[in-house]
Amino acid sequence: MTAAPGEVAERSGEGRVMSQQAASEAFCAALLDDDPEQLYERAPCGYLSTTPDGTIVKANATFLDLCGYRREDLLGRRTFADLLTPGGRIYHETHYAPMLRMQGTVREVALDLVRADGGRLPVLVNAALDTTEDGSPRMVRVAVFDATERREYERELLRAKQRAEQSETRAHALARTLQATLIPPSAPSVPGLDVAAGYRPAGDGEEVGGDFYDIFQLADGDWVVALGDVCGKGVEAAVVTALVRYTIRALTVQQALPSAVLRSLNEVLLAQGTERFCTVVLVRLRQDGSTWTATLSSGGHPLPLLTSRVREPDPVGAPGSLIGVLTDVRFHDEVVRLQPGDVMVLFTDGVTEGRSGAEFYGDERLRESVRAHRDAPRPAESVLGEVLEFQHGAARDDIAVVSVRVPPPSGTAEQQVREESAS
Amino acid sequence: MDDVLARHNVRVSGRPDGQPLMFAHGFGCDQNMWRLVAPAFEDDFRVILFDHAGAGGSDPAAYDPQRHGSLEGYAEDVLEICRALDAQEVVFVGHSVSAMIGALADLADPRRFAKLVMVGPSPRYIDDEGYVGGFSDADIRELLHSLDSNYLGWSSAMAPVIMGNGDRPELGQELTESFCRTDPAIARRFAEVTFTSDNRRELSLVQTPTLVLQCSHDAIAPVSVGKYVADALPRGSLVLLDATGHCPNLSAPEQTIAAIAPFVRGGAAQDVVGTRVG
Repeated sequence: MTAAPGEVAERSGEGRVMSQQAASEAFCAALLDDDPEQLYERAPCGYLSTTPDGTIVKANATFLDLCGYRREDLLGRRTFADLLTPGGRIYHETHYAPMLRMQGTVREVALDLVRADGGRLPVLVNAALDTTEDGSPRMVRVAVFDATERREYERELLRAKQRAEQSETRAHALARTLQATLIPPSAPSVPGLDVAAGYRPAGDGEEVGGDFYDIFQLADGDWVVALGDVCGKGVEAAVVTALVRYTIRALTVQQALPSAVLRSLNEVLLAQGTERFCTVVLVRLRQDGSTWTATLSSGGHPLPLLTSRVREPDPVGAPGSLIGVLTDVRFHDEVVRLQPGDVMVLFTDGVTEGRSGAEFYGDERLRESVRAHRDAPRPAESVLGEVLEFQHGAARDDIAVVSVRVPPPSGTAEQQVREESAS
Repeated sequence: MDDVLARHNVRVSGRPDGQPLMFAHGFGCDQNMWRLVAPAFEDDFRVILFDHAGAGGSDPAAYDPQRHGSLEGYAEDVLEICRALDAQEVVFVGHSVSAMIGALADLADPRRFAKLVMVGPSPRYIDDEGYVGGFSDADIRELLHSLDSNYLGWSSAMAPVIMGNGDRPELGQELTESFCRTDPAIARRFAEVTFTSDNRRELSLVQTPTLVLQCSHDAIAPVSVGKYVADALPRGSLVLLDATGHCPNLSAPEQTIAAIAPFVRGGAAQDVVGTRVG
């Protein structure tokens, strides 16, 4: 049973009686006042009806208020498109009208009305196409909403978006600049050696990676190659990478043995108090006629591969401690005489841990790749290319590869390759 | 070359051995603009539909700001599609800005095309001395500015509108999801290329027979512009459609078909083919 208003009033006291009655009267008044005609004329949005061609045949009072025209200025005299800015007319013809025709409706189209006094009114427009039984267009109903506030809000959003885009552009430029300072743009030309390098930061290359390499000269026929991997990525890792790189440069001037350089580097990193550690392989190269003497030491880094026409690619050197973790560290110096035709390849774990699905690129593929390219002057670039291809061009981790090759007496190696492939 | 066809969402229908009839859409929409017209020609033509780079179902990677910074880039796309399909003696039907794209393609490779049809063409939208294009310089600047400043609004307008299509069963879900979908940034650039173009000089160089279709009330390309185009073309003829709007291919498809059919099927083509081959 539903209680009549009077019964409720009796139970809940005098004040409630008044408000119940007032509400009831207001309800009835609204019901009576809002006859369909008023509902149309005074709706809180503009209503238009047009022919399929757009000629206005009916408009409510709210729309007339919005646009400032008199009814007789519009009906049968103007099309909806006539009330738009020239830009809006182009949009109307190229988007709005085709969409309405094809889809039967358009929703939330942002346009500017040109009012009778020449002023502009930002509006949002919904429209629906009414069709006859056989599907041919009969008329178009248009609802027009004043969107002044919303347009201002959109402009704010747009400005915020533009600022965000600018910031992002600057951040990318900064990352690229930083990256470029940590990686030489190309391997320097070293007299008497073929030195090549390949580098690819992970992902889209917009973030500064942790891999680095450096190739620099100490004296005539006396060069240093350093290649390493600072744990992590981004700006913090870049700070440590820069520290490591320049510390190595400074230390090699004083200390002849790579193991001594790594030991000092370990102390510098520990003293720095950073939580980031790194791995480094350091090679000192001294020219001795047509051969070179390589002294190398690894600080927790994968050992370089050494190969020649008569030697399968094999790791060279001995493992050493990570750098920047412990005070008690061990590094070992390995001395290797590089003969003409010998190739040493330094790499980061981004190479062997490159993945295709669940499969790793791995040591064996790397050895195969090095073997395949050892007679070319720039094997590092070929190896990088193959690792990227294995990962379908999208590196999951940074990749750095440096190759050092003592050129064979002019022509011989290339000649032998040709002879081999001919036979 | 197959990827050209995928890049431009090329759809081929009709008679495989028929003369190629290629329809090109204008600024704003995609190949669906021809949905009500193209099927009428499938009995005797090899009908080719495609989306311009950046429009409809084209591969987003197909859009190159440099290449598509001028209408010549779009014309080169048209020729690439023709070459990929090995289409010879092509009848090219271009709506709106694609009318000029067709003219440029024809100038770049005149032996490729047998006939051109221009629907609502304009060689220049901005008024010039002694020429009425229909828009002032300020009008077009305002259009480009509104695209710049208001593309949030436009992008919501261009986003797919999902609707119940019980009343229009011929419109598949695929259509309602893709129709007129455009990257606002590309739309902005395409608008600039389109509405600041001036190809009046090129018209006089087009030797291919051309039919100009002009609507009697077109807010974008007024009748005087249609007449200008037909007069400037050495072998141009004009048909005036009693239709309102810039898209008779949607608003008056029967009239559009009736106007195009005699021209593209007409014997004149044979004469042209004969003189060209001979």
